[in-house]
Amino acid sequence: MPRDILNSKEINKTITRITHEIIEKNKDINKICLVGIQRGGVLLAKRLASQLESVTGHKTEVGALDIALYRDDIYIKEEQPIVRSTDIPFSISDKTVLLVDDVLFTGRSIRAAMDALVDFGRPARIQLAVLIDRGHRELPIRPDYVGKNIPTSFNDRVEVNIDDKNSSEDSVKIIYAV
Amino acid sequence: MLESKDLLGIKELSADDIYHVLETSDGFMDVLRRDIKKVPPLRGKTVVSLFYEPSTRTRTSFTLAAKRLSADIVNFSLSSSSIVKGESIQDTALTIQALGADFVIIRHASSGVPHSLSRLLNISVINAGDGANEHPTQALLDLFTIRAHKKKIEGLNVAIIGDIAHSRVAKSNIYALTKLGANVKVICPPTLMPVEIGQLGVEVHHSIEDGIKKADVVMTLRLQLERQSKGFLPSLKEYFNLYGLTSERLKLAKKDAIVMHPGPMNRGVEIASDVADGPQSVILEQVTNGIAVRMAVLYLLSGVKE
Amino acid sequence: MKILIKTGYVIDPSQNIDGVKDVLINGKKIQGIFPKGKSPSADKTIDVAGCIVIPGLVDMHTHLREPGYEYKETIKTGTMAAVKGGFTTVCCMPNTDPINDTISVTEFILKKADEEGSCAVFPIAAITKGENGEAMTELEALIKAGSIAFSDDGKPVMNSLIMRRALEYSKIFGVPVISHCEDLKLSEGGVMNEGINSTLLGLKGIPKAAEEVMVARDISLSELTGGKLHIAHVSTEGSVRLIREAKTRGVNVTAETCPHYFSLTDDSLKGYDTNFKVNPPLRTDKDVSAIKQGIKDGTIDVIATDHAPHHYDDKNREFDTAAFGISGLETAFALGLKLVEDRVVDLNTLVAKMTFAPSKIMGISKGTLKKDADADIAIIDTKKRFTVDAGKFLSKGKNSAFNGWKLNGVVLKTIAMGKVYEWE
Repeated sequence: MPRDILNSKEINKTITRITHEIIEKNKDINKICLVGIQRGGVLLAKRLASQLESVTGHKTEVGALDIALYRDDIYIKEEQPIVRSTDIPFSISDKTVLLVDDVLFTGRSIRAAMDALVDFGRPARIQLAVLIDRGHRELPIRPDYVGKNIPTSFNDRVEVNIDDKNSSEDSVKIIYAV
Repeated sequence: MLESKDLLGIKELSADDIYHVLETSDGFMDVLRRDIKKVPPLRGKTVVSLFYEPSTRTRTSFTLAAKRLSADIVNFSLSSSSIVKGESIQDTALTIQALGADFVIIRHASSGVPHSLSRLLNISVINAGDGANEHPTQALLDLFTIRAHKKKIEGLNVAIIGDIAHSRVAKSNIYALTKLGANVKVICPPTLMPVEIGQLGVEVHHSIEDGIKKADVVMTLRLQLERQSKGFLPSLKEYFNLYGLTSERLKLAKKDAIVMHPGPMNRGVEIASDVADGPQSVILEQVTNGIAVRMAVLYLLSGVKE
Repeated sequence: MKILIKTGYVIDPSQNIDGVKDVLINGKKIQGIFPKGKSPSADKTIDVAGCIVIPGLVDMHTHLREPGYEYKETIKTGTMAAVKGGFTTVCCMPNTDPINDTISVTEFILKKADEEGSCAVFPIAAITKGENGEAMTELEALIKAGSIAFSDDGKPVMNSLIMRRALEYSKIFGVPVISHCEDLKLSEGGVMNEGINSTLLGLKGIPKAAEEVMVARDISLSELTGGKLHIAHVSTEGSVRLIREAKTRGVNVTAETCPHYFSLTDDSLKGYDTNFKVNPPLRTDKDVSAIKQGIKDGTIDVIATDHAPHHYDDKNREFDTAAFGISGLETAFALGLKLVEDRVVDLNTLVAKMTFAPSKIMGISKGTLKKDADADIAIIDTKKRFTVDAGKFLSKGKNSAFNGWKLNGVVLKTIAMGKVYEWE
């Protein structure tokens, strides 16, 4: 049975809180750019960008990063990862790149994303924002901004739905392993 | 993911497979636009190209594709030892497998060679052109190029002009385009038309003026110059007069028609220079796209589990 | 020694015998056919109830490969394969190395066959020296040495004048000139039938016209000269039509086809399996139907094997360069039997086309169970089913196009010149 973790209202509040933390932590908001990890991170990054804009009045650049080609489990997984588009239409050199993902789990996606990012330039620093941290890290990776920590068992699934059109449909669910 | 470990021809692919390759190629086009045009998914994989026919373009394209995927690529070339020493192709292929290759890219003048290697080897076999049978990656890159300009394949009028009988490029394109629902018109003299080609679902024309009308895509093929000496044609001049793609003829196609050629071109034989270099020509884009498509093929085949 | 073959179903088209009878052999000769249980006593009796007893099969088109290509087949292994397939007579084609265009080669073949062969071997000599299509061989000397017919098989005689001369000159001896009908310019570079499948496979096609123009030419030349013409391995509808029409006009022409031309089409080539590469090539359904019709109406006189054994290495190659041919002796009769099962012909007609008819064309006293004929007999269980396993062929050529096929008709025993060969 799936259980709701966050509803759309709570998600919105969480994103607002993270926005403020970002502003607090980064004195020069002009140096920040957002890069969402395909697919869940991209929509989340767009939400963050619009909130950042409404708070600071500054339009933050948003890119999409596909990490399929950088995964370390490419020959282990049953299903080959689908290659999606990477669209970072700006230079990340000397910027503070805020990597955005929906769920932080083993940390391997973030490792892949950092590898991918450095092929696009040399950022001044990389920060990490996630909506959900479900634990079970396999690499020494720590997020800078966390929406919510959720204890899970390894085989549970966490499903984040960020609706592109209608934010009232947003949800986070946990589907327990049988 | 593709079904087979090998890419033998378009004949063997479904429409879904073709779309999957094209969509995956989009991702690799992104890679090619970066400053650092290299990604790691084939790290530790070895690709061997085994070309029994000379080819600089296809081979270079595959080589770059493999390198940009971080694979190691080794070229077994026509002039290198064992081929010249008369070793059988089966033995050569088994040797390549024993050397630890994960992919073999094969070009051969005899149709069906990739198919027999596919049965013989456990590693992936990619057909880079076999006889007059198929050249699947060329057709895939052609479709990718058409799709980039026309946003779709279905319903397009595609005119293919040239030596259809001897052209594996034409064959692969015919299979691919008809599978995706394009209207294909083949245009050439009857001496260069494969027998019973109409059964493949294409329209047959002997007049370029008739065939090219309302075309969205005009594809000309290289005419092997030896066709004249073998008696297929009275002269190259007559061929150009009857079938050469000139700007006058191109006007019969749609205004926004694109002009394609798999290269290398014989200017003044199958295509006039002003057309080849004209605004409708996408010939050089085809070359660029070829790398992305071949990267996609290598990547997708690497994911096929036995 | 006298051997009695008891209670088999005897079919001998040469004397219109068809019924359960006893056949008595005395040494190397047939002593006679007797009503069931009415035979004189014998030293040994073989009860073959339920089987057919027919004259040993006669193949007028075999490649034994010796001399020169012993790695593909030898007279020893080829004749072993023959008797395994129920054949007791094979006529071997001259395209060996050296070519059978001189008496020394004819003599060599006959001597080898006598020493190592399991059945009768009749050499066919070349029409032209070196099969080069230019100068006639010495027919008289070759016939005297033991060759019984002439053919440049594997190649046509492209020069029409030389073909005319051969048809004229052969009349002195009344021997057949066997024509491999192929216009080499039309077939140049071709490896399969020209049609939708050659387009689909990207392989160079051999048009039917490559065969038919030569069939038409040779019929004209036979008509011109009165020479005895035999058309080898008919593969197309058009050839059948031309031969039928010529026979109606009374032209001195006979024809053969091979089991693969009525059993297979060029659809078989779809996996580029070189075991289906044969010359002339496998054609289409239409041609297969026409050939069956030709067999049925008598246009095609003979079913021959064109047994063309090849070494594994000659076949395990690129399709374009792989050798042409099918190893056919050990499957021919069972494939012929399918024609009976499919009601194309009756069993008697099939047997006639594989015994009496070829013997008559070749002018040899084989293919019959008449009194005092050679004791050449095949005993076949036509109901027994088997799976073709080319790997177990006695022929060195494992290049069967029928590997894995399930067929009826197991040759249980073959008696060649009184010698009994049997398999479980």
